[in-house]
Amino acid sequence: MSEAHWRPSADRSTLQARAQLLAELRAFFAERGVLEVETPILCAAANPDPAVEPLHLDADLTGTGTRRWYLQTSPEFAMKRLLAAGSGPIYQVCKVLRADERGRRHHPEFTMLEWYRPGFSLEDLMDEVAALMRRLVHRPELPMERLRYRELFVQRLGVDPWTATVVELQALAHARGIADARRLDLDTDGWLDLLMSHILESDLGRDGLTFVYDYPASQAALAQVLPGPPSVARRFELYWQGMELANGFDELLDAPEQRRRFADDDAERAAGKQPPLPTDEHLLAALDSGLPACAGVALGLDRLLMCALDAEHIDAVLAFPAQRA
Amino acid sequence: MASYKTNEFKGGLKIMLDGDPYTIVENEFVKPGKGQAFNRVKVRNLKTGRVVEKTFKSGDSVEAADVHETDLQYLYNDGEMWHFMDTETFEQMGADAAAVGEAAKWLKEQAMCKVTLYNGAPLSVEPPNFVILTITETDPGVRGDTATGGTKPATLETGAVVNVPLFLEEGETIRVDTRSGEYLSRAKED
Repeated sequence: MSEAHWRPSADRSTLQARAQLLAELRAFFAERGVLEVETPILCAAANPDPAVEPLHLDADLTGTGTRRWYLQTSPEFAMKRLLAAGSGPIYQVCKVLRADERGRRHHPEFTMLEWYRPGFSLEDLMDEVAALMRRLVHRPELPMERLRYRELFVQRLGVDPWTATVVELQALAHARGIADARRLDLDTDGWLDLLMSHILESDLGRDGLTFVYDYPASQAALAQVLPGPPSVARRFELYWQGMELANGFDELLDAPEQRRRFADDDAERAAGKQPPLPTDEHLLAALDSGLPACAGVALGLDRLLMCALDAEHIDAVLAFPAQRA
Repeated sequence: MASYKTNEFKGGLKIMLDGDPYTIVENEFVKPGKGQAFNRVKVRNLKTGRVVEKTFKSGDSVEAADVHETDLQYLYNDGEMWHFMDTETFEQMGADAAAVGEAAKWLKEQAMCKVTLYNGAPLSVEPPNFVILTITETDPGVRGDTATGGTKPATLETGAVVNVPLFLEEGETIRVDTRSGEYLSRAKED
């Protein structure tokens, strides 16, 4: 280990920018009457989404014996329980952790801003995200555009994500020069993810904030699905300067549907030989009792800082990345 | 057989792809907002030296390549193979022309070389960075001409041809940088 590893990897002006960002977002939400909350980092259950792997530890936190605790990959489930209990609009700034995510734009432990707005439509929430972004980066005129997922693929790649076959998407990936696309074994969503992250993403948000929205129903995660046809998942992703910054949802309210999606995720985890995770029965009970109609969004503050400060690597905006922790 | 998961990928890791050993040059983790993550990787084929891009689904495993570097002493060439020895175990092994490649023209008996072994056999040979070799053939020296900076080709005892200053004669020994193929200086006679 290098001698200099006791030192932070972010410089002092970056630490100041981070502190100012936190102060300004708290002011923003205070003005709008959104309540700041805190929920546990260590959770008895975990989100079974196969694309996200939680870290865990074994400890006796309740005096009833050692058991497994999962470090939150997002505060979503606990915040939805608060909403179901009548909290009204809430936000949280917290550390979330995801195993195996490390790269220029990924660090296993990162800072998330997540908020929920009862009574907001997905469009209302996109507007609020844009207002917050303009405030945080001090650019009141920063333009925003909305682009349907389908339009994005049709306009830029000439393919309809709702009808394209695996064979067509693979041929497209190959034609677009994605290295060894012929060897990869992916399902439709996997190919769409590949095209999104390798071809489309770098052009999104070049001239301002780009909200991509209305995703294929198979990529719904925890969003409401409109039956269509074609059916669409009511969610959005915010891109700025070619970087994905936020994920927003018209939140799923239907407890039986939530149970089905958990079961689907569990089955996919099992098929992929990923470890099984305990289901969050508290969340399901909260949905059973009634979650108010709401829209919610999670925004990565480290990446926002990267954009605002023109940082090439996430380590430049962290005091101590894992290698120095 | 040992294998690596994509989250272990980093520069220098040796992996097997399509039956050939590769070393990872660059690894980038990419992930859309929700969904499948990928590793975009640049790898160098250790047999051909070619660098190519590869894309992996994050979480996939790749077979590890049994590749490591070791310092071996060059002994002799039997006309077909170049023979090397481990100076600690005295174990000897032969490298063919494909493995020795460009290094062949710098190899003088007893030189210590960096040899990359793949499944225990030499895959590539790196000569010492600096070698001292005797000039076996060159035009007659131009006496006194040390200032004009002119050069002439000179053939060395190992067969390499380098450009040397005009004043050097056959039979003189010189120091050469094998990475650039450039003459550095006259070697001191010991």
